[in-house]
Amino acid sequence: MGKKLLLEHIDVPGIRTLNVYRQKGGYETLKKALTSMTPDQIVEEVKTSGLRGRGGAGFPTGMKWSFLAKPEGVPRYLVCNADESEPGTFKDRYLMEHIPHILIEGMIVSSFALGANTSYIYIRGEYFYVARILEAAIQEAYDAGLLGKNIMGSGYDLDLYVQVGAGAYICGEETALLESLEGKRGNPRIKPPFPAIAGLYGCPTVVNNVETIAAVVPIVKDGGAAYAQIGIGKSTGTKLISASGHLNKPGVYEIELGLPVEEFIYSEEYCGGIKNGKQLKAVVAGGSSVPILPAHLILKTATGEPRLMSYEGLSEGGFATGTMLGSGGFIAMDEDTSIVKNLWTFSRFYHHESCGQCSPCREGTGWMEKILHKILHGHGTLSDVDLLWDIQSKIEGKTICPLGDAAAWPVASAIRHFRHEFEEYVKAGHSIKDVKHYYRINHLPEPAN
Amino acid sequence: MPKVTIDGITIEVPNGTTILEAARMIGPEVAPPTMCYYSKLKTSGGYCRTCLVKVSQGSEKDPRPMPKPVASCRTQVMDGMVVENNTSAEIQEARAGVVEFLLVNHPLDCPVCDQAGECHLQDLGYEHGKSETRYDFPRREFEKKDIGDKIQLHMNRCILCYRCVKTADQVTDCRVHGVLNRGEVAEISTYIEKSINNDFSGNVIDVCPVGALTDKTFRFQSRVWFTKPVDAHRDCDKCCGHVRLWYKGDDVLRVTARKDQWGEVADHDGKTGWICNTCRFDKKNTSDWVIDGPSQISRHSVISANHYNSLKALKASIDRQKAALPHGEKVTLGHGALDPNNESK
Ligand SMILES: Cc1cc2nc3c(=O)[nH]c(=O)nc-3n(C[C@H](O)[C@H](O)[C@H](O)COP(=O)(O)O)c2cc1C
Ligand code: SF4
Ligand code: SF4
Ligand code: FES
Repeated sequence: MGKKLLLEHIDVPGIRTLNVYRQKGGYETLKKALTSMTPDQIVEEVKTSGLRGRGGAGFPTGMKWSFLAKPEGVPRYLVCNADESEPGTFKDRYLMEHIPHILIEGMIVSSFALGANTSYIYIRGEYFYVARILEAAIQEAYDAGLLGKNIMGSGYDLDLYVQVGAGAYICGEETALLESLEGKRGNPRIKPPFPAIAGLYGCPTVVNNVETIAAVVPIVKDGGAAYAQIGIGKSTGTKLISASGHLNKPGVYEIELGLPVEEFIYSEEYCGGIKNGKQLKAVVAGGSSVPILPAHLILKTATGEPRLMSYEGLSEGGFATGTMLGSGGFIAMDEDTSIVKNLWTFSRFYHHESCGQCSPCREGTGWMEKILHKILHGHGTLSDVDLLWDIQSKIEGKTICPLGDAAAWPVASAIRHFRHEFEEYVKAGHSIKDVKHYYRINHLPEPAN
Repeated sequence: MPKVTIDGITIEVPNGTTILEAARMIGPEVAPPTMCYYSKLKTSGGYCRTCLVKVSQGSEKDPRPMPKPVASCRTQVMDGMVVENNTSAEIQEARAGVVEFLLVNHPLDCPVCDQAGECHLQDLGYEHGKSETRYDFPRREFEKKDIGDKIQLHMNRCILCYRCVKTADQVTDCRVHGVLNRGEVAEISTYIEKSINNDFSGNVIDVCPVGALTDKTFRFQSRVWFTKPVDAHRDCDKCCGHVRLWYKGDDVLRVTARKDQWGEVADHDGKTGWICNTCRFDKKNTSDWVIDGPSQISRHSVISANHYNSLKALKASIDRQKAALPHGEKVTLGHGALDPNNESK
């Protein structure tokens, strides 16, 4: 059994409530932080722990915290990113829905460490029911003197608010999130300045993912060094993985970083193998944005080593033969899956979610989606595949925010590893079975042949 | 003062200067093209990505190259920075890509567009684009909209540079002009199609790099290259009153602000020479104006080609008349003075 730090009490009945959470040792860490530690000591523990951002980019959290500007007389903010909109990712929802207090405790400890007296949880609009759970939990915490003025008699004040977004993927990008939180259109800001210098309302701000903030609780509880013992190399601690697709047991799993991918997919402790006894064809290991890998490259690296579920392990081999841990959205596809169709679904998503600020992403995402649709429905040509490749290369790295990259990488990797499938669609032309569907959804009369 | 090298030319610039402004200081040969940046508008730039450059050395202290191309209009120079613009094949390729993106959904209706001839997208396409398209899908379409009774918005042509939004925000005193919707279907709009009624709203026409915002009083009156730009001024209690008149024959077809070398509204007395709607839309008689002389137009512009010589003759004629008149009195142009055929007479 791997060590569980976040989901240890997930099966305890009533863990969603303050009482049961406290019976299981909840808010003891907050007490420890407020009564026996200085804010700087907490930041040091987080640095020692080696914790890296769980929102996708994997930036060291302690380092991010130490960059926070501290000008006199200017408020600082901690904002929790609960926008979780990356296709294939649903771990934050699971955590907030079942153990809301671990996030709230993490928010209070982290806010104390950063010197913030007002903090926000920005949650995606579709999670409105989770927002209600959080709000109820926050109310419990206020009633118990864990939020508000003079928390646990320490003299530290904190107000915590939940803000519901309107359901835009782009509002998960931290600067778009801040714009949205300020009540503006959710467009990513041009950086620099970074939020650590000028974030919410122009004040120094830290934005962290739900899981990152929750992980602060076990770190402060047992010490950063103990946390760093778990995991492998620079990938310390545990990670929540949202497993979906053709798996026998999809769901949210807490793994120790460094777990072999093969064990994760096939062992009974985790996903229990591929559904209906089928073969694994491909995996998108870290949410829809990261490169897709064929089965042989996700189970073993190009050099034949077992591939490990860690930041370094998944990116071993670069984009040529590797991928990224990303947000931990692990999507498994069996032998019957159409890579092209799946890619079209992803591309449709990015097309729909582009904020439209920068020309390569605004125009390129739609163009790629249209070409994929055309190929999928038997109207493509071989040169369309090259065109797709060219378009993604002209988006990647040339946009304001990483959504452009996120739209480009799935296209690049699908062509890199599954070019033959695109070509099969092109060669099959009008005889492919999707044609019927194509004519139906477009209300066109079906051709005679 | 930091030193920066752009395409092999080194220049010392004040702290806080962007790569783009430093390149403009060196000159048009090294200045990257800009479609959204506008030096007169705060927080403009960063959107279109035509000004991307490669930073092959970050600074003296940290000589590492920057991992990705950067938007030169929004990136400040550091001491010892080395930048590649025209000298980088990678950047030329990226720029061609951006131009292609800007054009995939563009209607390419230059033959019926009032902006043709002074359109930055045309210039950009001409310099960095390709002559054929790889986009074989229907292009995005919007309805034409009126923004007040004098300005028309052809959203099909818009490149979402946000310049008009910033102008409405910063130059007019009431912001009802912004962006609706997201991504490819994002559109410029005045909320619930409310017109912008403001003395300075007409400036959105001048900042628009394409034919998306046009002057309805000039609509379909003439191709710009058949008109002759003349600088003029009047005493105006709202704006600087220094404008450019566009003549066809003896008629003033249109009034715009004066533009500088970069196609931006030029400064007047140290301030940006925005003009008011009265000067722009209501003063269309030569007698409303004191003529300063023919406008300086780049010799590369199609506008100059047609009548450069006649303008020189016009200037000479105005100068002669001015010299003959007592100080401060207005020059009235004689009938036919602006007729290009006049020269031959
Ligand atoms: C398009 C886009 C969407 C994103 N969505 C999320 C999200 O839903 N949740 C999240 O935590 N981070 C998201 N991120 C990453 C955030 O910008 C940011 O890096 C993260 O919240 C930082 O927290 P961390 O350091 O704890 O990971 C997104 C980034 C991009 C570019
Ligand atoms: S990359 Fe896309 S989502 Fe990000 S700022 Fe540009 S247009 Fe918006
Ligand atoms: S209407 Fe013109 S100025 Fe406004 S965003 Fe579009 S192209 Fe730019
Ligand atoms: S001019 Fe710099 S991004 Fe548009």
